[in-house]
Amino acid sequence: MNLSPFIIAFVGMIGLLGIGFYGLMVCRNLIKIVIALQILVKAALLGLMAAGNLNGQINLSQSMALTVIVADTIVAVMGIALGVQIRRRVGTLDVRELSRLKG
Amino acid sequence: MAITSLIVVTLIFALQAILAKQLITSALWLAGMSAMCSVLFFLFGAQLVAVIELSVGAGLVTVLFVFAISVAGDDALDATPVPPRLLSVGLAALFILLLGWFILPTSGTSPVSAIINPPLAKVLWQERGLDLIVQVVLIFSGVLGLLGLLAEVKPPLDATMAGEVGALRQRDLHTLESQISNSQETGK
Repeated sequence: MNLSPFIIAFVGMIGLLGIGFYGLMVCRNLIKIVIALQILVKAALLGLMAAGNLNGQINLSQSMALTVIVADTIVAVMGIALGVQIRRRVGTLDVRELSRLKG
Repeated sequence: MAITSLIVVTLIFALQAILAKQLITSALWLAGMSAMCSVLFFLFGAQLVAVIELSVGAGLVTVLFVFAISVAGDDALDATPVPPRLLSVGLAALFILLLGWFILPTSGTSPVSAIINPPLAKVLWQERGLDLIVQVVLIFSGVLGLLGLLAEVKPPLDATMAGEVGALRQRDLHTLESQISNSQETGK
């Protein structure tokens, strides 16, 4: 069975999305949740690049991927800063403990 | 063959990033996954994105993760997830199957070469100029948000310090009043 590189890339993208989705469900540490989000964004980028190459418009995909990378980095930075502040004030990074906070 | 092995390595790295016990190990697996992704982007002909992904995704974000983990500490949380682990695996598998069913083409795919592919500079600066403005706004808002989040909050004056400041003000007020009354008496 000879699969084209695009099919393989799409399979890899679906696998990465599944792993990121599983990480979002399983992880309780705030920083690890940001890592799971990073994996999801990498999957989206991989799909974008494969689709751009398949359509013959790789430059359009690149310009879109640049925006995705910038937004992804901002999300990671904000998530990390939130995690550091929550750790300083609450003393834990466990999202289950955070959801129990009242007031 | 190269793409297949790279995809397999990327998937293994991503799984290790989720399953690793320590946060620092997880961040390093994520950096490896980003590096593998950038090689894949390069093989797909996206050289610019490959370079940016390698420098930003595998470099800057990893440095930020390591910094945050060293500041916040590597918490060892107990491994029991909020939903049961079996349910999570089942849901993720269902998600993968549904997504594969919807987006994977049933017939063979081949690259389309008839579409005109304009140069990157034209696409980036002319056709997608609005994206660049959005990126600049995103970067500024991110920096401002980061400054706001990481700013040290000044604690409110505690009761003893507030009392001391009040006593000092009262003393100054009394001194001023006595000076005024003295000047009025000498004037008479």
